[in-house]
Amino acid sequence: MMREYYHSVTLNKDKCKGCTNCIKGCPTEAIRVRDGKARIIDERCIDCGECIRVCPYHAKVAVTDPLSRINEFKYKIALPAPALLGQFKNLKNCDRVLVALKQLGFDYVYEVAKGADIVTQLIKEKLAISDIKKPLISSACPAIVRLIQVRFPNLLDHMVRVESPMEIAAQMAKDEFSRKYKVPREQIGAFFITPCAAKMTSIRNPIGNEISHVDGAISILDIYGPISSFLKVPDNTEQLQKASSAGLSWAISNGESQSLGIDNYLAVDGISNVIPVLEEIENNKMSDLDFFEGLSCSGGCVGGPLTFENGYVAKNRIRILAKGIHNSPPKASEVEYVKENMDWVLQKNIMEKPVLKLDEDIVLAIQKMEALERINKELPGLDCGSCGSPSCRTLAEDIVRGNASKLDCVFELREKVKMLAKEMIELSDKMSVGREEKKDNEKA
Amino acid sequence: MNSDSNKGLQGPQETPPTTPAAKHESSETQVLMKHVFPVEADDFTSAGEASGKIKNILKQLGIDSQLVRRAAIACYEAELNLVIHSWGGQLTLLLTPHEIKIVTEDTGPGIPDVDMAMKEGYSTASERARELGFGAGMGLPNIQRNASRVEIYSVVGQGTTLKITFGF
Repeated sequence: MMREYYHSVTLNKDKCKGCTNCIKGCPTEAIRVRDGKARIIDERCIDCGECIRVCPYHAKVAVTDPLSRINEFKYKIALPAPALLGQFKNLKNCDRVLVALKQLGFDYVYEVAKGADIVTQLIKEKLAISDIKKPLISSACPAIVRLIQVRFPNLLDHMVRVESPMEIAAQMAKDEFSRKYKVPREQIGAFFITPCAAKMTSIRNPIGNEISHVDGAISILDIYGPISSFLKVPDNTEQLQKASSAGLSWAISNGESQSLGIDNYLAVDGISNVIPVLEEIENNKMSDLDFFEGLSCSGGCVGGPLTFENGYVAKNRIRILAKGIHNSPPKASEVEYVKENMDWVLQKNIMEKPVLKLDEDIVLAIQKMEALERINKELPGLDCGSCGSPSCRTLAEDIVRGNASKLDCVFELREKVKMLAKEMIELSDKMSVGREEKKDNEKA
Repeated sequence: MNSDSNKGLQGPQETPPTTPAAKHESSETQVLMKHVFPVEADDFTSAGEASGKIKNILKQLGIDSQLVRRAAIACYEAELNLVIHSWGGQLTLLLTPHEIKIVTEDTGPGIPDVDMAMKEGYSTASERARELGFGAGMGLPNIQRNASRVEIYSVVGQGTTLKITFGF
């Protein structure tokens, strides 16, 4: 049985210095520093990887599979994220990288960009339905989907209920390979080459379906070196690149929206930029918008925490590479084949994760809320983070939840010490003369 | 327009509409929680902050997410009405065992014709508010659409009290 909360993002305790960098940047307030070490609150973590980016001591890590894991399967398929192609300097065409993956031990390479081509058509069909809630919100970025589950559950019915390009690509790849080489599907392992931790979590703990068709994820950071060394070897010019320029562009912000061929969309990248827009959608300020694409990382997937190259450099490379490849959508028959034979709809409801709730019982929740507000008013309001909670309000919340005490606040502690010291002085003044002194006085 | 709001229009209030919400609150229901947020006129930089806080409080209380959404939309519109139209006032969140109430009280020009104000597209917003993209005349209609009950008490030249109720 799988653990209820699997997370790719984890803490290396030995490296953690207990500083407050990560607690401040966490979009779901999922980290606390307690007893000198950071602690990730499992229920709240959305695996966005912001903490990996900001930790100066590299104590936050994303757990992915080692390349050697592919050997657990007789046949191995690589599913490179489109972002992989933006990592390499002076790349003349995408095939060089795709061929290098085969040289690394994969039997077959299937671009996730190809899955994106199919998904694009499926989303277009959803957009054509007249009674959908507008704006339709992209479900491409798993960190954003989980952010919505935790902080904006009332927007879940705006989500696109179509599987991710990774899941579609995995099914297409396995289907194609098993038919072509007449091998059973169980013997085929499909591995996503990932720019992000959130995808790894989605493979272990899928959001909208029971199981993932992907068998593991290998970080771009881990595979960058080995691919680079193969890029130096002369090309054997095998033609593996099949996805369209639109599919490739899903690696960057705006890519998905533009591939849909609509004008009335909004694409926002960087989770701290996405949050205020979701607030506005929640306030019904954007009901005239058709489509909203929010990506957790700056620049899009090319800015993922597991990428090698600077996100903006990679973004530019994707843009240039996309110019050199075809721009025809997949055949209608291909889309129909996927619809008939594969899991392409998110079957499970994307459930809300009411982790912000103070108590199951509303009356108790209200009491706690009142206590929270009262404590919050008494705290200094500096949001310094020294207590280990990201803000004074969060400390107040932690106190009412029973996970912290007011004296965790250094300013409260200082006041208390000052008061105690004062009391001590007052007390010592009252005991005007000590016993020993008295005796001495008597002698004299 | 429901009967409650009409009732509210039957003549001026004895007290100015800036009195605390509790005055309009009969003793019929037990108030479990009350939070008051001041709202300044013309302060477009902090417009939406009070309703944002109220939204987060409701989420933390574990109120059904679709209800939070409806309350958030109405609350935001009500707050903006204070910023756009009033001379200043306050937004109050009240919770009773079966209702969320959002009450705005302001001093201001009041609403001379409530029926007109409830019509989609009708607005008396200033040029400045319109320049900022407000004043589409959707505020009160949006509140009406999302709430279980809306009551308006307004005295021209004095101010307006708006009570928005959501049952749960």
